[in-house]
Amino acid sequence: MATTYEKIATTTLGSASSTITFSSIAGTYTDLRLVCVYTTANFGIYTTLRFNSDSGSNYSDTYLIGDGSTASSARDTGATFIGFGAYPNGISSGQFNLVETDIFSYAGSTYKTCLIGSSLDKNGSGDVQRLVGLWRNTAAITSITIQTNGGTMSVGSTATLYGIKAA
Amino acid sequence: MATYTLISSNVLASSAASVTFSAIPATYTDLVVRASIRTDRAGNNIDLLKLVINSNTSGVYSQTVLYGTGSAAASTRISSGTEFYYDFINGAASTSNTFASYELYIPSYTVSQNKPMSSFSVQEDNLSSARINADANLFSSTAAITSLTYTSNNAANFVSGSSFYLYGISNA
Repeated sequence: MATTYEKIATTTLGSASSTITFSSIAGTYTDLRLVCVYTTANFGIYTTLRFNSDSGSNYSDTYLIGDGSTASSARDTGATFIGFGAYPNGISSGQFNLVETDIFSYAGSTYKTCLIGSSLDKNGSGDVQRLVGLWRNTAAITSITIQTNGGTMSVGSTATLYGIKAA
Repeated sequence: MATYTLISSNVLASSAASVTFSAIPATYTDLVVRASIRTDRAGNNIDLLKLVINSNTSGVYSQTVLYGTGSAAASTRISSGTEFYYDFINGAASTSNTFASYELYIPSYTVSQNKPMSSFSVQEDNLSSARINADANLFSSTAAITSLTYTSNNAANFVSGSSFYLYGISNA
């Protein structure tokens, strides 16, 4: 039986870093799945997602968020990144933000959509988000960059990129 | 090693008060549970799914919950709890033949650190009080996860036809 769910690459930070990048992504899968667990020593940071190093205003997202007492929804348009995790409440040392991202038809010639689930519980605070992101570009996605808005992700933070094949 | 592997399944041929995955091997990187669930909780179309990890019932469970009722969205939390219990599933008053869909994702389940995880469940039954929820969960224990035990939070039974599947994901 053909394998339909394959690991493409894993990064585990051996030193604190503000970015994790997967590059030279082959176009041989149908969809991509990115699983990231990170922590930081810098309170209040959040992380962002960019494709193919594009820093133009080509991103938008719509999200639903709950902070343990209130649920709300908002959007970003004409943005230079897609919100990725721990926004707006931030994360600090010893806390772990789990972010699962599904990127659909990443090698196709239409604009690219992704679904992001960000889960951060801090035993008394935290937030849970579900976000849909759009990159208005028809190019195949060949690189993915997770980047903080300042500060760094800590040693031991991990990100794994999987490829999913429909055929 | 295959990347996404079935470790164990439990498809109920008769009702059961609990479902346990035990002796979970440490040979994977992440765990996923996918389940289709209904209970016999009388007089209510909604039940809650309780999860205890490693038989640990001390106050090491916390959840941040986002849910929708079909007419409004809300958020709540559990702090220092004795189990996870905030995933909506179908009870006995649900429309016949409807089962909740549930997924739990546990990354790095053998790593010696507190364990973050996500869960997602939908309890749709063509009634006005159906629920959908997404949770951020934290198991504040550094022990490797070796067992998962599911029960109804209202002491009901899982009905026949409920199914639970445990998968291991390897990034080796």
